[in-house]
Amino acid sequence: MVSGIVSYGVYIPRFRIRLDEIARVWGNGEEITEGLRVFEKSVPDLDEDTVTIAVEAARNALQRARIDPKRIGAIYAGSESHPYAVKPTATIVGQAVCTSSSFTAADFEFACKAGTAALQACLGLVGSNLIDLGLAIGADVSQGAPGDMLEYTAAAGGAAYLIGSRDVAAEIEGTYSFTTDTPDFWRREGMPYPEHGGRFTGEPAYFKHVTGAARGLLERMGSAPEDYDYAVFHQPNGKFPVRVAKMLGFSKKQIEPGLIVPLIGNTYSASCLIGLAATLDIAKPGERIFVTSFGSGAGSDAFSISVKDKIEEIRCGASSVRDYIGEAEYLDYAMYAKHKGKLRI
Amino acid sequence: MTNHAPRFWRSIPQRYNLSGTHCTCCNEYFFPPRNLCPNCRRGAHLEEYTFKGTGTIITYTTIYNATEDFERLTPYNLAIIQLDEGPKITGQIVSSSAGVKIGMRVRPVFRILGKEGDKGIIYYGTKFAPLLEQSCAEEK
Repeated sequence: MVSGIVSYGVYIPRFRIRLDEIARVWGNGEEITEGLRVFEKSVPDLDEDTVTIAVEAARNALQRARIDPKRIGAIYAGSESHPYAVKPTATIVGQAVCTSSSFTAADFEFACKAGTAALQACLGLVGSNLIDLGLAIGADVSQGAPGDMLEYTAAAGGAAYLIGSRDVAAEIEGTYSFTTDTPDFWRREGMPYPEHGGRFTGEPAYFKHVTGAARGLLERMGSAPEDYDYAVFHQPNGKFPVRVAKMLGFSKKQIEPGLIVPLIGNTYSASCLIGLAATLDIAKPGERIFVTSFGSGAGSDAFSISVKDKIEEIRCGASSVRDYIGEAEYLDYAMYAKHKGKLRI
Repeated sequence: MTNHAPRFWRSIPQRYNLSGTHCTCCNEYFFPPRNLCPNCRRGAHLEEYTFKGTGTIITYTTIYNATEDFERLTPYNLAIIQLDEGPKITGQIVSSSAGVKIGMRVRPVFRILGKEGDKGIIYYGTKFAPLLEQSCAEEK
């Protein structure tokens, strides 16, 4: 049985702040913005959070392929910024997209890879014939303490994927995960901002896990980087995905369509899922896409995807990633602080 | 702290998806939903109807001094919107940095409507934003 992506949708808030503007306030200068290779990041509106972003992305996914929401048998919402500590994001999404009440739901948390973990769970339920369609979501309004390195990239966005085995637009040929206990980034219960291990987030965390999952999947599939037309890696900044692609043998050309972090920042649970959506926006039937996420704590999920004819039929049913990137309105740091709730009234 | 959870819960279908009613006898649409058609009365046949959410701004105002729950949003625009099916509803206009105009076409967006302080529930529902232009899709 062929299982995979039946439809997909994204949502990126329209507000942006340029990294130069953040550097102007904290005086860190050009070296940070140049080093990160990120120019601007998305900022949620005053009344947007992970739930609203997840709902907009899910509605886009349903609209793109004109899917009856009553077919959905599972909703898994991955995020590290669920607005409730206890009360699921997934139930609100279900009600907002008009599913029946006959679906299972849960919220996932695994730093930046909760969205791909949700996707794997849906794939399992579809593959075992327990559900018709699963809705996997990665959405975040990520947090960075004022002046901290994270503030330069912590952005907002969401992606939703409908996983099924009928009318598949992109087959998921295989998946492989690599997981260890690595304390590179964390947020304790009740704390407003995460902490991180600085340079420790690189070699023993991002690079070890992304290469571990990617090489594991390539070996399992018996494939090589040159067998793929595109590749998407988790994008905490503009530097890491380019470097890890080179380490694994993927070219700049392969990662270019999905490399959206320079324009919207790190959307955490949505990061590589929005990158995959940007790639699906332009991919042709028969082409193959290699995807690897990363979540601190730490783990990576890799996917081998083959694009099918159906993609041409559904592509124009909803806004593309580039449509959202083009809808940008810029904020200064004061307005950004208001939007992010950093001003206490 | 006040707890309006039951009241909010009862209106979720209307707030999330503009769920109203439609009288198939006189073809009039109602929002919020009516149990009785004022035109057809006993001869009415009402059915549930979910509004598309697209509509046109009839009039609007800008709020600079809001009540405590909304003061973080100021200044914000409130409008009366005529939905394409006919009913007029009041809603907030977001993502409209170019300004709000009478006659502007709008679409529904899912947003936070309010919060019961830091501990209470979060109210979600529908606001309105200018229609998006898409590179290759039809009007949404």
